[in-house]
Amino acid sequence: MSKNNTQAAEKKSFIQKIFSMTDSNLLFMITITVFVLMYAGAVIFQGKGFLKPQTFFNILNTNAALIILSCGLSLVMITGGIDISVGGVTALVSMCCAVHLDYKGGSVGGAILIALCIGIAFGLVQGYLVAYLDIQPFIVTLAGMFFARGMTTIVNSAPFNVANEQFMKLKDTRITVPGMGSYNKKGIYVNAYVEIGVIVALLIVILMFIMLKWTKLGRQFYAVGGNPQSALMLGINVRFTRFMSQFLCGVLAGIGGFVYFLHVGSGSASHASGAEMNAIASSIIGGTMLTGGVGNIGGTLFGVLALSTIQNIVSSAGLDQAWWTGITIAAMLCIFLVIQSVVVSRKKKALSN
Amino acid sequence: MKNKGISAIFRNQIFIPLAALLLLAVFNLVADPEFFKITLGYNAAGNPVLSGYLMTILDYGSELAILAVGMTFVTAASGGQDISVGAAIAIAGSVILRVLCGRDSRPETLRTSFLVAFLVACVVAALFGAFNGLLVSVFKIQPMVATLILFTAGRSVAAWINNNELPIISDPRFAYYGGFIPGIPVPTPFFIAIAVVIVTFLLLKFTNLGLYIQAVGINQKSSRLNGLNPTAIKFLAFVLLGLCVAVAGLIKVSRLSTINYSVIAKDIEMDAILAVALGGNALGGGKFNMTASILGAYVIQFLTTTLYKFNVQSDALPAYKAIVVILLVVFSAPTVREWFKNVWKKIVPAKTAKEVA
Repeated sequence: MSKNNTQAAEKKSFIQKIFSMTDSNLLFMITITVFVLMYAGAVIFQGKGFLKPQTFFNILNTNAALIILSCGLSLVMITGGIDISVGGVTALVSMCCAVHLDYKGGSVGGAILIALCIGIAFGLVQGYLVAYLDIQPFIVTLAGMFFARGMTTIVNSAPFNVANEQFMKLKDTRITVPGMGSYNKKGIYVNAYVEIGVIVALLIVILMFIMLKWTKLGRQFYAVGGNPQSALMLGINVRFTRFMSQFLCGVLAGIGGFVYFLHVGSGSASHASGAEMNAIASSIIGGTMLTGGVGNIGGTLFGVLALSTIQNIVSSAGLDQAWWTGITIAAMLCIFLVIQSVVVSRKKKALSN
Repeated sequence: MKNKGISAIFRNQIFIPLAALLLLAVFNLVADPEFFKITLGYNAAGNPVLSGYLMTILDYGSELAILAVGMTFVTAASGGQDISVGAAIAIAGSVILRVLCGRDSRPETLRTSFLVAFLVACVVAALFGAFNGLLVSVFKIQPMVATLILFTAGRSVAAWINNNELPIISDPRFAYYGGFIPGIPVPTPFFIAIAVVIVTFLLLKFTNLGLYIQAVGINQKSSRLNGLNPTAIKFLAFVLLGLCVAVAGLIKVSRLSTINYSVIAKDIEMDAILAVALGGNALGGGKFNMTASILGAYVIQFLTTTLYKFNVQSDALPAYKAIVVILLVVFSAPTVREWFKNVWKKIVPAKTAKEVA
């Protein structure tokens, strides 16, 4: 009898624990659960393809750029803003780099510099307009997105593949992951590999995680996003903080653009179309709240993985018509937005009680 | 006394789009007076047709004006914009073709009349508007992010409705809505736009809708304390935009007698938002001026046509428009306005002091 009671008490405390979690942790937990369930479901229903480590690494390879872009968006969204120009910046960066490498005979180092400069320029202008002129971030970055897409066409209208040797060498560099290989149908051992972009992406995830968790600027992002007025009263430079978040997002978009370019190896005006959408969706699925002040870079990483896993499931289930991807992403985004909205309203009720 | 009159003109909201229109007109007059030439010709069917750049503006500006009407309501009520209108137009157009053609993509005879197809499209578009409205008003998601969902999924849904086929309607009467009615040399979209505008103004004149929308946009809490229902009003604004989208969708598919899911009404959301901004309406919600928005839509089309005339590629257009948007929002930003006011004040007292001396 008493044993039952203690068990009940333990259960209750577990549920209470879940409900008394901070929003950040709660949403983070939801994301990880969803990702694990999804991947497990994929392994069970879609056969053994998903069990191979290389399938997982391929998800990383194709989405390295998206991880970087999503990190940038998480920073901005934690601070209470938004940036939808990242997809356009990615396209612009890849086109400029491609033209630099092939038509101007430039070096890879120059291309990296160009990518960084474009990112910094977008970050500076958009950050200034949003933070110091108080213009709605959505309008500013919408204009930024159209500007970047238009500029991409002005730079070069026809899509083309890059043939620069130095660059192709870098593009084809594969880093083997020890102990993760598998035997193919002929019984030959194939090493599992990741591309350079993945290393860059993971480095950025770690850096951003540290920045958000333990540096003054990172904590200021949360404070400003949570409540700008009380942040101001605490002596935080709200304008500068918002500027920094928008600026960092621009820089990360530049880096992400180069990683994207490294993966696809071509320049085109239609590159990364809808990337801003996927990045926002990943951040939201990863537990970053649109209203600001809540978010986690680890969650963002899992958000990207969850999103691309569902895309993989959709395509391997035979629903490879292009429209299913759009519909599934939108559906996931919709569900997570509603979850967030419910969490917020529940919290408000709890506060008023 | 005279000064007062001038400042009143400057303060009028309609001044901004009018000034922009004048600027563009003068620019074109200097660059190439041919721009204003209108010729009367005959189209392939032997009907009289007016052609020229001005007619193009009248033609394509009309669908934009229809969207601007709905976008103004949404902007004023919710303080955000709907970025899914382009995708929603694709859905509405796809529904019209689906109802007319059924499963057959090259039908000999049409299934139903155009009116039925249009009404079905209206219902579907209003439903999608209601979906956006629900997310914004009930779940309190920022309008732009809420409409981002339909922005991604919309074109996919449109393709799914017609099973990714591209139905073609051979009946020449279907092309009347986006082209010309035999015997009338003015493009039909212009008349449709006039009809929509008349309905809108009757709505604003004989109901309290305009007042309610502004009240909700200015201060949601106080409007609720005054007995309004902000949730319902915001929801209604999105449904109204949905209806406008259905009308624009009819014009769009009628122009081609078919549909291209990824290209139809591409980037039109940008133009519609721009029209509202150019009309001097606050993008943060509150007061609005419908006439200014509609005029703004035609000015945007004027700009687009001018850029086309100077051989700007259609893919490069957004870059130029983005610069216009940035300039517009920068000059309408409160901080910048204050800065200008201060500068103006510094100049003006200096002058009066000199006059006194």
